[in-house]
Amino acid sequence: MDSAGALLPIIAALPFLGALLPGLMIQAGRNTCATFTAIPTILALTLLLVCAPSVMQGEVLTFGLDWMPGLGLNVNFMLDGLGLLFAGLILGIGLLIILYARFYLSPDDPMGQFYTYLLLFQGAMVGIVLSDNILLLLVFWELTSLSSFLLIGYWKHLPEGRQGARMALLVTGGGGLALIGGMLILGNIAGSYDLSVILTQKEVIQDSPLYLPALILILLGCFTKSAQFPFHFWLPHAMAAPTPVSAYLHSATMVKAGLFLMARLWPVLAGTPEWFWIVASTGLITMVIGAKIALFKDDLKALLAFSTVSHLGLITMLLGLGTRAAAVVAVFHIINHATFKAALFMTAGIVDHEAHTRDIKRLGGLRHLMPITFTIATVAALSMAGIPPLNGFLSKEMMLAETADTAWLGASWLMGLLATIGALFSVAYSFRYIAHVFLGPKRDDYPAHPHDPGFGMWAAPAFLTVLVILIGLMPMTFAGGLVEVTAAAVTQSDPYVNIYHWHGFVPAFWMSVVAVLGGAALLALHRPLQAMWNTAPRPEAKPLFDAVTRAATRAATALTDGLHNGALTRSAAIFSVFVLGAGWIAWTGGDTQPATREILPVSILPMIGWILLVLSTIGLVVFHRNRFVALVLLGVVGLFVSMGFVYFSAPDLALTQISVEVVTIILLLLALNFLPRETPNESSPARRLRDAGIAAVGGVAVTALSYAILVRDFADESISAFHLENSYEGGGGTNVVNVILVDFRGFDTYGEIIVLGIAALVIYALTETVLKGPAGRWLATWTPDTNPEGEAGDRHPMMMVVATRVMMPIALMVGAFIFLRGHNEPGGGFIAGLIVAIAFLMQYMASGFAWAEARQRITYHAIIGIGVLIASLTGLGSWLAGRPFLTSDYGYLHFPPIEEFEWATAIAFDIGVFLTVLGAVMLALKSLSSMARGAGETVNETAMDINPARKTTAREGNT
Amino acid sequence: MELLFASGIGTLTAAGLYLVLRMRSFPVIVGVALLTYAVNLFLFGAGRLALDMPAVLRDGVDTYADPLPQALVLTAIVISFGMTAVVVMLALGAYLSARDDRVDIDPETDRDEETGT
Repeated sequence: MDSAGALLPIIAALPFLGALLPGLMIQAGRNTCATFTAIPTILALTLLLVCAPSVMQGEVLTFGLDWMPGLGLNVNFMLDGLGLLFAGLILGIGLLIILYARFYLSPDDPMGQFYTYLLLFQGAMVGIVLSDNILLLLVFWELTSLSSFLLIGYWKHLPEGRQGARMALLVTGGGGLALIGGMLILGNIAGSYDLSVILTQKEVIQDSPLYLPALILILLGCFTKSAQFPFHFWLPHAMAAPTPVSAYLHSATMVKAGLFLMARLWPVLAGTPEWFWIVASTGLITMVIGAKIALFKDDLKALLAFSTVSHLGLITMLLGLGTRAAAVVAVFHIINHATFKAALFMTAGIVDHEAHTRDIKRLGGLRHLMPITFTIATVAALSMAGIPPLNGFLSKEMMLAETADTAWLGASWLMGLLATIGALFSVAYSFRYIAHVFLGPKRDDYPAHPHDPGFGMWAAPAFLTVLVILIGLMPMTFAGGLVEVTAAAVTQSDPYVNIYHWHGFVPAFWMSVVAVLGGAALLALHRPLQAMWNTAPRPEAKPLFDAVTRAATRAATALTDGLHNGALTRSAAIFSVFVLGAGWIAWTGGDTQPATREILPVSILPMIGWILLVLSTIGLVVFHRNRFVALVLLGVVGLFVSMGFVYFSAPDLALTQISVEVVTIILLLLALNFLPRETPNESSPARRLRDAGIAAVGGVAVTALSYAILVRDFADESISAFHLENSYEGGGGTNVVNVILVDFRGFDTYGEIIVLGIAALVIYALTETVLKGPAGRWLATWTPDTNPEGEAGDRHPMMMVVATRVMMPIALMVGAFIFLRGHNEPGGGFIAGLIVAIAFLMQYMASGFAWAEARQRITYHAIIGIGVLIASLTGLGSWLAGRPFLTSDYGYLHFPPIEEFEWATAIAFDIGVFLTVLGAVMLALKSLSSMARGAGETVNETAMDINPARKTTAREGNT
Repeated sequence: MELLFASGIGTLTAAGLYLVLRMRSFPVIVGVALLTYAVNLFLFGAGRLALDMPAVLRDGVDTYADPLPQALVLTAIVISFGMTAVVVMLALGAYLSARDDRVDIDPETDRDEETGT
């Protein structure tokens, strides 16, 4: 990496950073906004010019920064001649466009948005041409598709704008997908994703059997981007964009990206017959077709759009020829096309802006009204036609010379002929642009009163036209060096560049003469030809495209709706069947080892437990319509699951399961209060049979899978042994499960308590929203649909109140005990949190939630927050000791006369767990109970409904 | 014993699947709860079954149940409580807002209901 190379990422980043400015600066007025859009562009351009001298001397500047080296994705930038040319075009013409757009956009248009999109696009383009890493290049490539979508669809109120933008996105985005595939293949062949490496691997790449697929995929990307036949149709539709966008995208940037990439990869991809046939043929066809259509377009911008397609085809063809000389011409024409085409687009925009139409049939005679615009447009159009001594002439002549030397389809003259025809049409439409818009008699039916715009608007095209003339007159002075260094980068060799006007009476000269004369003749015959064209049938791209898109959308909708129409039952069924199918494939596809473990003997106790579990599960399914019974049975199932944990040596799990069971059932009971008591019987027998079938297959499959696992030993050594060995020495605890939770995998636990806290907050937020909405108003008029005669009259029975008050300290004591022993014996923060939550819940059940809550000082939100905070601080504490997050420590303390006891930082973490679990559980239940209060449940003022103490107090008060 | 354990998981799975495929939110919640048991037991079973050897270190004992699945399942149990609570709340909110606890689309009216479960 050299010091100048460090400028490259800054150049690429400047437009992106600058994109933040216009949106803010528009508040300060349109001039300020445009100025602050220009500043990052000017800065980037200046930095580029700082780099330019060394590049012009043949140096290649590089910058490297590892981003994801494992994937080969690095932020590597490179600046050679090709990159310099393109970056210069992008930034230079970008600057002119910023100036032009300031005067073009009407005050109603949101200018801040426009400039933001423009800078985003500019940044993406600069990124493409400066990238050294092809993965990085792909990222920028996709960014250009996205940002050009925003630019083309800038006039959101116009359906053409929206449709054109969508079409451009679909075509270029689709090509981008192909390009990703091609580039990945290319990178794999070359063994690196860095261009600087890839470009040295020509033989390896061209000998690879994957060369052709990679080539086709990459070319798909380039052709769609550069609007090559048959993907050319998106470009004219993109003309619905404001003219500055068209001028920028279609002269210097977006469509040139495809050309850039072809030129970039030219050293390794070009030179094979495949390359020649695909690229040169596509370019040639595109050139002729584009030029022919352009002649018959009445919309100025459509004419220029198709002429752009044609010229892109010309450059593509030159790159496709695969010779160094042709590559030099391609490079030269890229420069020339950018200058005259941007100027032409801008003059078209001026005409549109001033005459309020760009329909050629309604124009004519404008040279008297708009002399400046006329001059600019004429010079640029003559250059496009290839009239000497302008720059367009030079490159077109060189192009004709190249085609005259090339055999195509077995005929040595065919390519030259077609190229001449293309040039002929090109002359015709260029002349038409001059003749039918500016020449002819002055009309009196213009939609507006056309006149030359202010300097600000014609300055940019005028500047470009000056370049057109200067390069035309003195090509070696103004462009020779740049062409040379660019062509050197494209061909990876030292090309011979000598551009001059007079080549003698060579074939190219005569081809040129034919083209000019023929073009003039075509223009003379334009009226009858146009009539013929209008009556001739021809395929229209847009209806075809729309039909294809519609069909694709319909297919996608049908598939999505078929799989997921919003009904949970359907997607759940499809999901279950899919998982079972996948499991079946995995099961039959693999081979299993024979059983290695000894089967444990069955004793009577687990047998009884199993029978009860299965019976209550079956009962649950049978009686599930009675929701209350279902809940009771669910509790029974949970109880037996806990018993199972006890039996199979998992006391911690059993404790957790049983306490979670209690809170879950209470939660469901509270919810059931508002839900219908019964589930109606509404599914058909066939449907139930289907569901039962899925369920049965699922059950059998899970049984088989579990059994297969249980009777076999681990295939590889388990990491559990490590935990068992290090639990006491490393974690300072003998309860390995707890040590894993708070120490070995403390970070997991840390994440889990945060999730739990978030879940509780979600529940709280949901409840608040529901209660504030229409549901809350409905709830206020709601009465429970219970039978009043069957309801207990005593909501808060005295017996229960007294019993829970007595139990409260005991329960808290148990909680504390479970918590403290957790590190060494079954227990810990999770379980203690649940137990204490149940202790609180008992108070709520006895005296009502509101009564209990009024006696509580700390809110549950705070408890959750404190819990997470304590856990975090414990984790951070280990940083103070220079250890990683959540490293724990322990030791022993001895205060006589108490016995020696152990301390561990893990216990502080466990306190955090404890508090979060407690807060989360309580907040969830509190939210549900606040629904009950929303339903108008009375809040009792005293602890119990019948309170013998009240009478006593009253009497005491009297005395 | 292994077969008992495996078939227990299978029974819970089958019942859970059947209930999840019902058309109202409440049985779906109960079904998911059953599936939670099944999944937790399955994960726990991945440590293989062990009798009378809890993973609490004792002098002179050197075979213990596998502690790792136990630790993972312990947090899973607590998290699944949080998940059940959220789903219950969603179902309740949906029922109170729409006065209907269907999680299926009525084919006749094709009301696009948001039942949330």
